[in-house]
Amino acid sequence: MADIILKTEGLTKYYGGVHALEDANFELRKGEHVAIMGDNGAGKSTFVRQITGVEMPTRGKIIFDGKDVSFASPLEAREAGIEAVFQNLALADDLDVPSNLFLGREKIRFNLGPFSILDRKGMREATRMALEKTAVKIPNLSSTIRHMSGGQRQCVAIARTATFPSKLIIMDEPTAALGVAETAQVENIIRTIKANGEPLVLISHNMRQVFDLVDRIVVFRRGRIVANLRKSETTGEEVVAYITGAKTGASLADAA
Amino acid sequence: MAKSEAGIGGLTYDAKRRAWPPELNVLLALVLIVAAFEILGRLIMGESFLLNTREGVPGLFNEQRLQIIILQVSIVGIIAIGVTQVIISGGIDLSSGSVVGATAMIAMSFAQVAMVNGNPNPKAIFPEQGWLDLPVIVPVLVGLGCGLAAGLINGALIAYTRIPPFIATLGMMVAARGLSRWWSKGNPISFPTESYAAIGKGMMPVLIFIALAILFQLIMTYTKYGKHCYAIGSNEEASRITGIKVEHHKVLVYAIAGLLAAVAAIVLSSKNLTAQAGMGVMYELDAIAMAVIGGVSLSGGRGSIVGTVLGALIFGVIISGFTFLKLDAYYQEMVKGVIIVGAVVLDQWRQRRRSLKG
Repeated sequence: MADIILKTEGLTKYYGGVHALEDANFELRKGEHVAIMGDNGAGKSTFVRQITGVEMPTRGKIIFDGKDVSFASPLEAREAGIEAVFQNLALADDLDVPSNLFLGREKIRFNLGPFSILDRKGMREATRMALEKTAVKIPNLSSTIRHMSGGQRQCVAIARTATFPSKLIIMDEPTAALGVAETAQVENIIRTIKANGEPLVLISHNMRQVFDLVDRIVVFRRGRIVANLRKSETTGEEVVAYITGAKTGASLADAA
Repeated sequence: MAKSEAGIGGLTYDAKRRAWPPELNVLLALVLIVAAFEILGRLIMGESFLLNTREGVPGLFNEQRLQIIILQVSIVGIIAIGVTQVIISGGIDLSSGSVVGATAMIAMSFAQVAMVNGNPNPKAIFPEQGWLDLPVIVPVLVGLGCGLAAGLINGALIAYTRIPPFIATLGMMVAARGLSRWWSKGNPISFPTESYAAIGKGMMPVLIFIALAILFQLIMTYTKYGKHCYAIGSNEEASRITGIKVEHHKVLVYAIAGLLAAVAAIVLSSKNLTAQAGMGVMYELDAIAMAVIGGVSLSGGRGSIVGTVLGALIFGVIISGFTFLKLDAYYQEMVKGVIIVGAVVLDQWRQRRRSLKG
């Protein structure tokens, strides 16, 4: 199908004897926002790490944008069009906002291989625009990330995904450590992404947030996908039942 | 109160608080130390440390002393420029002193003259091969090649076998010292060609030090290489996830540090007109000390070449000041030790205070 942006078939990851992810079949349509829920250790982050090239799956297929892919590094995933906000943020504390936004893909003014001259003005401008686009307020761009609050840091990480054209955005618990106002801001960014028609995978523990933001909920339990629910056809109680294992999944062969 | 804007959650931000670069603290320390020696000098010795007090000699400052101070530190300073990059990117290099020794020995053996006062060079290392009276480019390239090789080995070990930088460069430190002793069976190598001797003549070491310091300060500030040094030192995992080729970068950083150690070795052996197996002992620690005094954080991610240059000057002023006050050389070593530990304690304390008080 042409409108499927991401599909995994039998995606499996073992860490030695630990079966962290087993046989995950997952589908995401273009423009669709899907939440991944599940208890700690259910395999959510493991699943994301396989898709984003942070780790290589033990076995299984990933089909992204119509092509069979096998990302050897996060950079490859990024170049293919997958932008991710990781749980550990992936920010460098001692760098300022533009440097973090462009970490690993700096704008270059003059190419000299590793000693290429940076386009610092261009990066500052692009940063300002990206922050405006996401309505993030950061008083001083040249301040290092170390001196920022959790919310500001998270917003920088999210603005990073919004700066670069992407085909898929993945956020791993983007509001886990945030206050009320900051959470609202991140949720607004997600709504903007939705309005732009960009697909999103959101990992979250926040039931209210999930029901507010996404179209579909996928539940992980013990390394397996146990439920695949349209938001309009389910309730919070049902999702919780799947997460805790009170209710177990029927056959999920007809995923999505 | 300076211009402040509302941040997220209504936080305000005082722009003035961040306008104070840490290098200014180091500069302040330098000024204070000079002032202390100036006062002590007038009290104890009855003469000025820095100012020109001699009759009939023009100039405001005691230029001779200034020259000695900066000449003294410029050779180790060249090493410190490389060490600074290594530390900023989260590593450490203990091998630079030994690499200086080995490089000086090897380069010098290709820089010897054939005849000394009409007799064949008594210290010639390769007389049978006829490797004498070679153009200066030969020993320079051989020397740089040695430093580069040592740096590449360091970098490759650290990047690809994942052993801690401390261990990899400790191994290189011991091995390179062995190489420098083995090379001429412990004999000193002397009588270089005139063109080789010109490299480190007079104030040349200072010029080379300053030129390299400016070059690398610019590289660290304005290039991708510099940005990645800070990024990797700050958060190696994040750097990897965002696609920086961390392993390549590490090899490059240690290779540059090796090259700079080789430059120091060439300048040093040229200046001394001889190379000995024991050359550069403890230089690695002096270089690390200069960086640390200059505000380079041993945990990586913070510091600058400018800071290291200021740290090197503090180093030079202290040594020169002790000589000026006619204090024993033994005290110098002890005080150096105290200053190194003090600088790290101060850095830790500043970090903690900053996060507590903002």
